[in-house]
Amino acid sequence: MTKGVGRLRWAINWGSWMQDRARWSALVLGVAVLGAAWIAYSAAPASATTGGHIPSPREGFQAPSFALTNPTGETTRLEDLRGQVVVLNFWASWCPPCKAEMPDLEAAHMANKDKGLVILGINSTVQDSAEAAQSFAADQGITFPILLDRTGEVSRQYLVRALPTTFFIDRQGIIRKVVVGGPMSEATLTSTVRNLLEAGG
Amino acid sequence: MLPILQLGPLAIQLPGLLLLVGVWVGVTLAERQAPKHGVPPAQLNNLVFLGLVAGLIGARLGYAVRYADVYLASPLSLLALTPVTLAPIDGAAIGLIVSLIYGQRKELPLWATLDCLTPGLASVMVALGFAHLASGDAFGAPASLPWAIDLWGAQRHPSQIYEILAAAVVMGMVLRLGRKAQFPGMAFLVFIALTAGARLFLEAFRGDSVIVFDGLRQAQLGALIVLLLALVGLHLRAKAEMSRRPQGKQVERT
Repeated sequence: MTKGVGRLRWAINWGSWMQDRARWSALVLGVAVLGAAWIAYSAAPASATTGGHIPSPREGFQAPSFALTNPTGETTRLEDLRGQVVVLNFWASWCPPCKAEMPDLEAAHMANKDKGLVILGINSTVQDSAEAAQSFAADQGITFPILLDRTGEVSRQYLVRALPTTFFIDRQGIIRKVVVGGPMSEATLTSTVRNLLEAGG
Repeated sequence: MLPILQLGPLAIQLPGLLLLVGVWVGVTLAERQAPKHGVPPAQLNNLVFLGLVAGLIGARLGYAVRYADVYLASPLSLLALTPVTLAPIDGAAIGLIVSLIYGQRKELPLWATLDCLTPGLASVMVALGFAHLASGDAFGAPASLPWAIDLWGAQRHPSQIYEILAAAVVMGMVLRLGRKAQFPGMAFLVFIALTAGARLFLEAFRGDSVIVFDGLRQAQLGALIVLLLALVGLHLRAKAEMSRRPQGKQVERT
């Protein structure tokens, strides 16, 4: 408290202090030198701060790897898709916004599957059922792979807190965008996918 | 970290909500400041409101222009509530320009108006810290400290807490100074200098710094430049304003 009062008294004289060119120049110079020294002291190699390539479900981090099976039992591994742009869409058959964005995902799949885009629909089977997921996919005419997260492990890994949640992963396996909730607009999907496909094709 | 607050069927994005609270407190504070600085409160309110709305629209349009054909094909997507399809820098620029035009039209005094906005800006900075804490953004460098927090797969500096504390201290100082400021622009420039100084210092503990020139943290370089400009600005403002006053009224030096 005493310190605060002291500062207050000091502030009263600041105005005239600031006018004094010599004093103020000395202050500015001092700040410049100290600031530069601090910048030099806290310098770090690029690898120390990129958020690096630690797997974590957020932008700028590496997408956590997983292996999941589709309803017929075939396994898909995220690592095997490196070099392609991957969209992970977490959904459940009882979730209306998930249903609403499915046609746009399907359209994006049809338009870009030959350009290096892979869309994976990850059904949160732990809060749904494999049968419901399958019939939902058939009803919606979905042709991109549907994977079943039976234990909820991958949803936990990706900290999915709302359905749908969509992750956009670039060719290097780095998450570039996360859209929580939905339905996302068609333009969000199209513009993001195009951006990622064009980057480092 | 608590990015989403689940209230029954409602998924609330907590960081956005916290920022909104900050802006609301900020606007309230700015409004209260207005009479002290001789700025009409209603016009100050309009200035802030116009700036925010224009900023939001500008951010979305800025993003849409880059993908014009996509948005032409589905124009309703312009109204989508997705924050990721906003271009923040475009938004800030347009919001600023619109505010400037409004201020000029209404002939609001520039420095006094900035002084009015200062406590509000300070409160937004505090809220920004809380938003970062909720989303886990602006995270710290890995560290083994008693007060390190577990975030993104490592023990890290609680950089968001540092940010909140620094912003709160700056806000306290600015509020005190607001009453004692000796010339228009003093409160604003001091706020800018303190905020830049805090960033310059705290960036060293961040784990997500952009590194330039083989090891230097970009944000620190930017902060140092802003800090020095603000200090030079203070000198120029003090000289310009105080030399207009009669000599006798000047406060004696310590």
